[in-house]
This record gives sequence, structure tokens and C-alpha cells, in this order.
Amino acid sequence: MKGRLIFLLALPVVAGFGQIVSGPMGPAWAQPLTECDVPNRQNEIDFPLPQVSRAIAAKHLNVLVLGAGSSQLPGPSGAKNAYPARLQQALAAKLPGVDVKVATDVKPTRTALEMVKTLKPSLADAKPALMIWQTATVDAMQAVDPDQFSHALDKGIKIARSAGADVILINPQYSPRTESMIALATYVENLRWVALQHEVPLFDRFNLMKAWADLGTFDLYSATKKLDMAERVHGCLGGLLADLVLEASKASVPNTESGREPGK
Amino acid sequence: MAPVPTERDLRLDLFRGLALWLIFLDHIPSNLVSWVTIRNYGFSDATEIFVFISGYTAAFVYGRAMAVSGFIIAAARVLKRAWQIYVAHVFLFAIYLAEISYVSHSFDNPLYSEEMGVLNFLNNPDVTIIQALLLKFKPVNMDVLPLYIVLLLWFAPILWLLLRSPTLALLVSAAIYTMSWMFEWNLPAYPSGDWAFNPLAWQLLFVFGAWCALGGAARLARWTKSRVVVALAFCYLAFAFGIAMTWYFPALGAYVPKFIGEAIYPIDKTNLDVLRILHFLSLAVITVWLVPPDWPALKSPACWPAIVCGRHSLEIFCLGVFLSFAGHFVFTEVSNRVFMHVVVSVSGIAIMVGAGAMISWYRRVERQGSGPRPPATKPGYAGSET
Repeated sequence: MKGRLIFLLALPVVAGFGQIVSGPMGPAWAQPLTECDVPNRQNEIDFPLPQVSRAIAAKHLNVLVLGAGSSQLPGPSGAKNAYPARLQQALAAKLPGVDVKVATDVKPTRTALEMVKTLKPSLADAKPALMIWQTATVDAMQAVDPDQFSHALDKGIKIARSAGADVILINPQYSPRTESMIALATYVENLRWVALQHEVPLFDRFNLMKAWADLGTFDLYSATKKLDMAERVHGCLGGLLADLVLEASKASVPNTESGREPGK
Repeated sequence: MAPVPTERDLRLDLFRGLALWLIFLDHIPSNLVSWVTIRNYGFSDATEIFVFISGYTAAFVYGRAMAVSGFIIAAARVLKRAWQIYVAHVFLFAIYLAEISYVSHSFDNPLYSEEMGVLNFLNNPDVTIIQALLLKFKPVNMDVLPLYIVLLLWFAPILWLLLRSPTLALLVSAAIYTMSWMFEWNLPAYPSGDWAFNPLAWQLLFVFGAWCALGGAARLARWTKSRVVVALAFCYLAFAFGIAMTWYFPALGAYVPKFIGEAIYPIDKTNLDVLRILHFLSLAVITVWLVPPDWPALKSPACWPAIVCGRHSLEIFCLGVFLSFAGHFVFTEVSNRVFMHVVVSVSGIAIMVGAGAMISWYRRVERQGSGPRPPATKPGYAGSET
């Protein structure tokens, strides 16, 4: 009993060094912690992703990232280093033998409603099993009516699902310098509420980045024109997002095995 | 004609002072000390307290003026007050412009290129500043004073009605509240959307405060002092507390039946959700039950700091908004450690108390300096605050 307890307590430490503990141990606490993961991330909502489970079983996973300015990085190598590309790398590494493609529909300064308006052609092009939707920042900046924002989310999720895609929502970045200028709270809350209602997993980027700022993982206050920190942040986001995708897709594995087999 | 109270209730100043402190703490983004504020433990927050007490004191001051000097004089004084608040709001906007201009020049980070877009409004000041003067463009945390201005603009007629038929006035107010929900009425904002505090909804709490000041509280006393009502209020606060805990410990959410979640969410602050009103009323019932008007501690030094802030609410509110800008500035430019959060919060409140004490002192000196007052100035009204 005592030995087991020490083992449990030691796990995060060991995992923190990013070595010994590896994937196939089973329970959630034994998942490998990415170097920039945060202990006790409790706000993440996990719901199953049946389409993703099926796509992984069929060895072919298409993902569409729908987003605004905080889903991209500037500069010639921006696309390569932004989190959608890093997500593709991480998923490909964690899913050997599966053909992973991450397409993007990303343009800055778009509200949720503006993204929904052009969503159907993007889905038709990418044919994703999973749509990852980053939104709410621009809505908060333009002070869009919160109800209208929630309706746009409802609509987007319905469109994606009827096109055969699961959905993951990503909330805004934690941006300490502009915190007193952008009133995010209502939009973060509404996004979370819509995620719960539609049983959509939420990637809680806001609290994750806040924890990074508190723990000193990244200095989000720093004023710089250099891209290195932004690239590392996006690398972490891509990796942790891949963890969430895999975790949520595993949650629906028993279902798939007991009767809902792919292709039947 | 409804009876008009004669002595100022110190509890009003005490709780408005406390509300001003809480608003200050809540307005500093990511302030760790704001964990102590009531919005984290239930549905309503300090805004409700502020609006209710402001309605109460407005009726207290202008109700007497209207009873003594007539409608025109009282209405003119209400409008003068609205003008003062407008000027205060524009002054705060100037400070906000200074802060945002500084940030836009000193801060750059490719990670936040999207968020920096919020500074773009500096590129077209011709539009933005005019929209701000029209109270349509309101930066974050600068919504309360515009609400207060609109509430005062139509206060004179509602006060006239309150003095004649308090019940009818309250019904009119409730009807406007209901219609604003039914027809989704609100005032338009810039660049899009509506006012963050819908005046057509929030007026209910302001008018209810005024109604209580003009004899309503005495009429309600039979109810508010009954054990059943106090017990119900406790139950409701416990329920709200339980729900609030699920915001921080999502695992607890599993114990909340789905139909409850669907019934209560989203809790609408813009339109003053009924759940928020009930939460505020429960707090009020329990406060009145615990703190009688002649509570000796109200005159003790322990309550003095909050009372002196509550007595000069407009000045201290504006100072609080400025201090919360400044506090956030300290977090970004100096240090963001826990220790600094405590230092900023405590010194901010200390500055508010110091300013409140100074204004009281200044008023006293001014009154003494001007010698014997001309008879036209009636003792109760000089320097009285809403």
C-alpha cells in the first residue's frame, strides 16, 4: 500500500523529466506529461470523439483547424511552427501507421459567426473526422452580443457534425498585457457552456496559458519582436492538443469495439 | 405622500463602501486577492449592492428635495448629478486612453498579434472618441457609470411617481424589466452589440432601492424579519454557493442534475438575471437580519474606513477604477508575484480610504470656512451625496 502511494507520488516527478513513463500503462494519470503540461488541469472537458476513433481505426485521420489570428504565427516559417502544423507532427508521431492530415481554415480578425459563414466549403474540401475550432477572442474584442456568439457556436457545431466531423473547441489565449482591455470572461464562459451542452471537448487554452504564466514556464509578459517564445508556445499547444485528441478518441474505443465497428 | 426618512442609515454607507472595495479588487485582471469577493461564491456581485444602495440614497436625498422644493428643483438637481457623473466618466476615459496608448507603443509580441488588434481603435480616434462621448464605446470595466447616468436621467419622473404611488412606480419598473427581457430591448453599443449593463433591466434594482428608501423597507419589515424568509434566504445562498463551487471544481458538476443546469445557465449579468436578483435579495435579507440600523459597531473605528468610502461613492468609485488600471499596470511592468497582488490590493484600498477621509475633511473645512450658511441652504441637503 505504502509503496504504491510513493509510486503514485513519484509519477509526476518522473514524468516531469519526460522519461520513463510511457503511454500504454492505461489509466489517465499514467499518460505521458508533455514537458509543458500543467499538473491538475481540471477544467478540460473530455467527451468521446467517435468519428476520430473510427478514422484512427481506418488508418486515415483528417483534421480541420478553424480559427482566427491566434491560430497562426507571422513570418515565412509561421505556418510550419504554428500549432496546427505541430499538432499534425505530434499526432503522426503518436499514431504510427495512421495517415494524419491537418488542414487549416485560419484568417485573423474573424468572429465565430464570420467563420461559420464560410464553413461548409472548408469542410467539403478537408473532409475532416475532426474540426478543431479556435474562437471567441475576436468576438470579445468587438463586443459581439454574447447570445449571438453562442448561437454562432451552436450553428458551427451542427454544421460540422452533419458533415461527419467531431468537434473540439479552443478558447482564447491568456494575454496578460491586454487583459484590462479585452473582456473575455463572458465569452470564455459561454464557450464552455456550449461545449458542455453539445458534449464537445474543450481545450482550455486560457487556463493552460495562465498556469504557464504562474508557473514561469513562459514569460507571457515579455515584449519582443522575436518569434522563439511564440514558437515554443505553439509547439506545446500542438502537443497537448494531440494528447487531448487521443485521450478523447480512446474514451470512445469501447463503444466502437462493442458493435459500432468502423465501416459496418 | 410617502414618509421620507430623516436620518442617514450608516449601513448604507458601510455596505456601499465595501461594494466599492470589492469592485476595485474585481476590476484588477487576474488579481489573486479577488478570491475574497462575493462574486466567487454566488450569482450576484458588488454591482447589485452598488446599484441598489445608489437608488436608495438617491431617493433619500432627492425625495426630500422634491417634497420640500418641488419637482422642478429636485429634477434639476438630479440632472446636475447625472452631469457630474458624465464628466467623471469622460475623465476616466482619458486615463484609459493614456494607458492604452502607452501599451500600444511599448508592447509587441508575435504571439499576441490578434489581441493587439484591440489597440487599433487608436488609428481612428475621430470615430472612437465621439462614440465614447456618446456613451456607446465603453472600454472594459467602464460600464457602471454610464448605467448610473441613464438611471438618473429618468429618475425624476419615477421619483415623482414613487412619492405619490410607490406600488404603481414599482410595477412600472417591473413592467419595463419584463418587457426588456421579452422584446430584448437594450441600448446599442459601439463597435457592435449592446450595453454590458442593460439600463432597462438594471433600473429595477435602482427603483427597488428607491422604493425601499421611501417607506418600502418599513412595509417589508414584517416579511424580512420572519424566520421563514430568513431561512429561505439562507437556503438560496447555500444553493448558489454549491453551484458556484462547480465552477472551480468541475468534478462536483456531476452532482448537479442536468435539468438544474439547463434551467439556470447562462446566468445573465447584462440583463440582470432573476437568479442574480434573488441572490442579492437573499444577501440583503440576511444582512438586515444580522445588522440592525442601531448596531453600535457602525460607529466604531472598525467600520469607519468602509463608511467613509461609501459616503463619497462617486469620487471613490472613479478612484477605484483608476487604481485598478494602475494595479494591472504594476502587475505587467513591475511584478506579478502573489506578494505584489496583496500589496497592490491592500494599498489600493488604503488609498481609497485616505481619499474618502480627505474629502470628508475638505467638506468640513469648506463648510466652516464659508461662515454661517445662507438660510437658503437647508442643513440636510448641503453636500449630501447620492
